[in-house]
Amino acid sequence: MKKYIVTVKLKPSVLDPQGETVKRAIEHLGYKGVESVRIGKYIEILADEDLSTEKVTEIADKLLANPVIETFEVKMEDE
Amino acid sequence: MKKPKFGVAVFPGSNCDFDAYEALKILDADVSYVWHEESNLDKFDVIVLPGGFSYGDYLRTGAIAQFSPLMKSLRDFIDKGKFVLGICNGFQILLEAKILPGAMLTNKDLKFICRYVYIRVENVNTPFTSAYKKSEVLRIPIAHHSGNYYATEEMLRKIENNGQVVFRYCNENGEVDEKSNPNGSLNNIAGIINEKGNVLGMMPHPERACENILGSEDGKKIFVSLLNSAVGQLLP
Repeated sequence: MKKYIVTVKLKPSVLDPQGETVKRAIEHLGYKGVESVRIGKYIEILADEDLSTEKVTEIADKLLANPVIETFEVKMEDE
Repeated sequence: MKKPKFGVAVFPGSNCDFDAYEALKILDADVSYVWHEESNLDKFDVIVLPGGFSYGDYLRTGAIAQFSPLMKSLRDFIDKGKFVLGICNGFQILLEAKILPGAMLTNKDLKFICRYVYIRVENVNTPFTSAYKKSEVLRIPIAHHSGNYYATEEMLRKIENNGQVVFRYCNENGEVDEKSNPNGSLNNIAGIINEKGNVLGMMPHPERACENILGSEDGKKIFVSLLNSAVGQLLP
């Protein structure tokens, strides 16, 4: 089995009100120095040899991320 | 005279399908429901993609529904020049399917907003808005969590230059300002049309504003326009 990890992030040009709210919450906790907080998605896919990094990239492009607002990275780990 | 046939799509999680059906029934239109697994849309002249929470809004709003058999057939349907109206979740599905340009983000204040807003009709030269007057102000409800319209700079420039922005959030007097933008949408955009002019997506709910007893009748002319356009298209 192989484990693919897809990380989906909002593009830098897209505002992230959720991240902004979390940043303020961190500051309310008393922590200083936080420049910015951006929230994305972490997706794990377990699969056999039928799937490859190339195919997972295809899947991410078609479904897991929306290219208008998001970017993604695919990493593979052996289980 | 042959009547145009309307189909109201039903996805798992659609919840404004009855309202859309009813809005068309009021106008004595020939309307029936279409299950999302249906791939033959030949008998229809207009498809309405209603609001709701198709597939529970999993992953992103509209992201899963775009792969249904109905949506695959809808591309041919659109290529033939037939009309498609996407309301709220229906608009989100059209964006995810890349039939309309742009994407929806979570509302800027992160809240689900369910209230009346005002929108201004920016373009009356469409099959969906021909019964309105230019710059007419409509009082119409919105009900969404992801209605914050976003497009890349290039997309935005293109739809603005082409007159593809059909509705904008405004105040009671029709002034488009930041205060009357409920969700953070770029340029106060509430509804857009495709380049070809036969697919409209909008976040506000015209089907909930078709009878005065329900609070507003301002959305009715969308269905009147659409019915007239569809009748026009059937004429030899």
